[in-house]
Amino acid sequence: MDDLILAAVVVVGIPAVLVGYILLTEQILKVFPERRRARVRPWLWLLPALAFLFVFLVYPAIGTFIDSFKDRRSGDFVGLANYQYVFGSPDVLGAIKNNILWLVLFTGLTVGFGLAIAILVDRVRYESTAKSVIFIPLAISFVAAGVIWQTVYAFQPAGQPQTGPLNAIITTFGADPISFVRNATTGTFALIIVGVWIWTGFAMVILSAGLKGISAELLEAARVDGANEWHVFRHIILPLLMPTIAVVATTMVITALKAFDIVYVMTNGAFDTEVLANRMYQELFSFSQFGRAAAIAVVLMLAIAPLMIANVRRFREQEALR
Amino acid sequence: MSAVTPPVTQPIAQRRGGLGRFRRSSWTTHLVLVALMLLWLVPTVGLLVNSFRERADANSSGWWTAILPPYEFTLSNYEAVLGQSGLADAFVNSLFITIPATIIPIAVASFAAYAFAWMDFPFKNALFVLVVGLLVVPLQLTLIPILRLFGPNGLDIGGSFLAVWLAHTGYGLPFALYLLRNYMGGLPKEVFESASIDGASQATAFFRLALPMSVPAIASLAIFQFLFTWNDLLVSLIYIGTNIENQPLTLKVANLVNSLGGNVHLLTAAAFVTMALPLVVFFALQRYFVRGITGGAVKG
Amino acid sequence: MRLGRSRLLAVGAASALMVAACSGGQPTTAPGGSGPAGSGPAGSGPAGSGPAGSGGQIGGTVSVIGTWGGDEETAFLDMVAPFEEQTGVDVQYTGTRDLEAVLTTGVASGILPDVAGLPGPGQMRQFATNGDIVDLGTVLDRATYEAETAPTFVELGTVDGMLAGVFIKSAVKGPIWYNVANFTGEPPATFEDLQALPADPAEQKWCVALEGGADSGWPGTDWIEDIVLRQSGPEVYDQWVAGEVAWTSPEIRSAFETFGQVLENSYGGPDYINATPFGQGGNQLFADPPGCLFHHQASFITSFFMNEGGATADQYDFFLFPEIDPEYAGALTGAGDLFGMFTDTPQSRALIQYLVTPEAQQIWVDIGGAISGNLMVTEYPDEISQRLAEALADAETFRFDAGDQMPGEMNTAFFAAMVEFAADQSALDSILANLDTVQTSAYEE
Repeated sequence: MDDLILAAVVVVGIPAVLVGYILLTEQILKVFPERRRARVRPWLWLLPALAFLFVFLVYPAIGTFIDSFKDRRSGDFVGLANYQYVFGSPDVLGAIKNNILWLVLFTGLTVGFGLAIAILVDRVRYESTAKSVIFIPLAISFVAAGVIWQTVYAFQPAGQPQTGPLNAIITTFGADPISFVRNATTGTFALIIVGVWIWTGFAMVILSAGLKGISAELLEAARVDGANEWHVFRHIILPLLMPTIAVVATTMVITALKAFDIVYVMTNGAFDTEVLANRMYQELFSFSQFGRAAAIAVVLMLAIAPLMIANVRRFREQEALR
Repeated sequence: MSAVTPPVTQPIAQRRGGLGRFRRSSWTTHLVLVALMLLWLVPTVGLLVNSFRERADANSSGWWTAILPPYEFTLSNYEAVLGQSGLADAFVNSLFITIPATIIPIAVASFAAYAFAWMDFPFKNALFVLVVGLLVVPLQLTLIPILRLFGPNGLDIGGSFLAVWLAHTGYGLPFALYLLRNYMGGLPKEVFESASIDGASQATAFFRLALPMSVPAIASLAIFQFLFTWNDLLVSLIYIGTNIENQPLTLKVANLVNSLGGNVHLLTAAAFVTMALPLVVFFALQRYFVRGITGGAVKG
Repeated sequence: MRLGRSRLLAVGAASALMVAACSGGQPTTAPGGSGPAGSGPAGSGPAGSGPAGSGGQIGGTVSVIGTWGGDEETAFLDMVAPFEEQTGVDVQYTGTRDLEAVLTTGVASGILPDVAGLPGPGQMRQFATNGDIVDLGTVLDRATYEAETAPTFVELGTVDGMLAGVFIKSAVKGPIWYNVANFTGEPPATFEDLQALPADPAEQKWCVALEGGADSGWPGTDWIEDIVLRQSGPEVYDQWVAGEVAWTSPEIRSAFETFGQVLENSYGGPDYINATPFGQGGNQLFADPPGCLFHHQASFITSFFMNEGGATADQYDFFLFPEIDPEYAGALTGAGDLFGMFTDTPQSRALIQYLVTPEAQQIWVDIGGAISGNLMVTEYPDEISQRLAEALADAETFRFDAGDQMPGEMNTAFFAAMVEFAADQSALDSILANLDTVQTSAYEE
């Protein structure tokens, strides 16, 4: 019972508190002279969010950065030794190579499929159903997804009945079954496909929400004027949707860099499927190498720098257009 | 104060039953969509079928063989999952964790997103990009410093729901901010301009204009945040730890499998049991993905 | 005014929120226990190892964390049920695969369970040298404990003279299983004899299955360990565990090569070996026609024979891994589940004291699949477990699983190496060289 009361209080209380906070800030601002208010206000509005971010993300990130120069126990400084290890270890380099594959394939496929589906479902009666079907994998926990795809990729030696649909199809055509996951050549691709299966729903939902924000009249007018579907897509939808696409693409790139759960659950990095986040987890918890884990994390964090720069440019453009 | 009221919520598109909805759907569209749907469904269907089969059957033959006679379905997997002691408690715990962990970040992020989108201050874009960049901070590395803060040497809230709510808020903020700011930034400038001409304060513009118009984005965010926190295992495990009273469903389900990987077949049934609620949430929030909420605004 | 009312609401909600949040949902395992102090001695000194040594009700709770789930969890809870009754202590068990993550963050932050399963002797050593773990010598009567427990297990749980961990249950590694219908001859005396046996009526001589999710490859490491112990002897084995013998050394290399011969005579080929979950490794013993004649695996595999392979208890039997070099005959490898204590409370002391008693250990033994390191436990539910337990007690040379004793990084690399080796034996040189590289960094302090 206490928990129920607690939860009810939280559910109602938090938004109420925040509303109260905003109203409070308006009062606080009255202290300031009129012209200063507009300058101070943003910071007050940002304060709760920035506070959370600082405690939960910024402070640990700074700690991680410092730890990357220290030894495995975060005791003494060891300069660049951890980075030397990271860029010298064939395992870690293999992980970097795999992350690049993830980056390109995962992002391309999820955004591509997500966009295609978002646009197509907009036109059909069964939109809700279709979106739900694509969305379901996201609702499944990663462990369950691992179980599902172990089944799909299941391998039995040639001559035995196949328990997985893919190999069943392959053997029906007379070829030998392929061990998709436990195989250095196809392993990473098999895992990326699992990732795409799960995350396309994510891209689709966001792109769909963005699509709904495009004025109906605009599209209607264009069609009435005789524009064909491709034209409408290329010249009206795409430019208007670009900011949303950028958000989705950025998020997917970061998801690709941070890919962890799928690899952890299905192979734990064996068979040449290792990725940086998984390696970092191992270094941190299994090997007790705090310094090296930190170094890998820093590499990961720096890898998104180009992406962030592109985002800055885009925001500037968006604002300029206003 | 007509400028401050949100635009008409029965936009033209909806009244006509959706833009070009039934005129533009050529058979290629249908073909492609149905093909994609099948592709996406097949793995899940396989799991569903296997969840009704005995372990020995599932191991020796493909699931598609089970949909032809002889039918050998069983409910034993579901019985084993649902019969676990403490399952109902774990389910309730999951709700206790997930609902506040969804509401708090959305609430906190919405103000900040508005500030980023519609207020001016120095280094705005750089700061925002930094915030979005925090998306990449690996969660595992934050555990130790934060636990030190939460532990007996700090706030001593380890094991409580509060610890998990705060953690999920912190972890969920970068994405929430990114999504909301982007959406709010795309809202028509004219609406806010006319509001400020009419003398409305920023707070009023936020509550009466920005928030209602951002409902699709907030709905998407709610779906995702709910989903991630509902399916999360590691954060609950670390922040709630061994405080059994507060352990969520994910922890319970993970324990179906013994350390040697036996009983994996129970996970098939467990997956569907835990999937049910997030899907309900998804369906419930679907109706907020409605076109045209901003459609009429410009004319208003 | 609307504004005023909403502000009031906000303040009210905020205060209620703060009050509620601070009082609700607090952990119940505060150090020191929250139950009434018992009427009997609360076990603050060394207690005897009789049933639930502290006698009398203590109440309170003890939090336990381990890797056991599913039926293992049930078995553990059955094991502690009498303890809970006798002492009134509530044992709160949490099982997780991410044990290392929880313990590592716990040690760094101070949020720890009272009692925990330890990932292995290697990690136990780390906790002990860092002072994170309680000296069980202050909890148990060491004399009684040492008299009752197999010497190897006492040794393995001791770090620099301090008793850091105790074994809840153990397993014998290395038995070679067969289907009694397919192999009717005498167990071979030497490994050479074993290799010389023909494969029929099975298709191949051996079944090897390496898949194990995150830990794929570990059954292969058991093979290598058994071979090294018998081919090169316990001293080399110990040095190898300690990182003093290189992986590229002739002894270790020859062990891999010997295993390579086994792999060549294994059912299904490399793809099958790497893709088949270890729990299903024995299935081909019972197939018709059988895919293989022999399967090398630890004692727990019997329940998998029945659940995954559809066998019945009378269909399978085993013989111990035969000697390779007569000089090192009578050797046996095994493993066990190690427990340590992180928080010293009356409840956790009572639990540890209880867990090492023969009565407690007998419970899991009776459930099946467990061998006890307690010498007073002599009754096993079936002939196979009985023989295995006797083998453990009588072994001339007993060694704990090598990989479990090595630092985590080395162990992980070892697993991965087996998978690579099974996929492509010709890569042995580079595999061993890579292991040497890992060895240099894994063992540094």
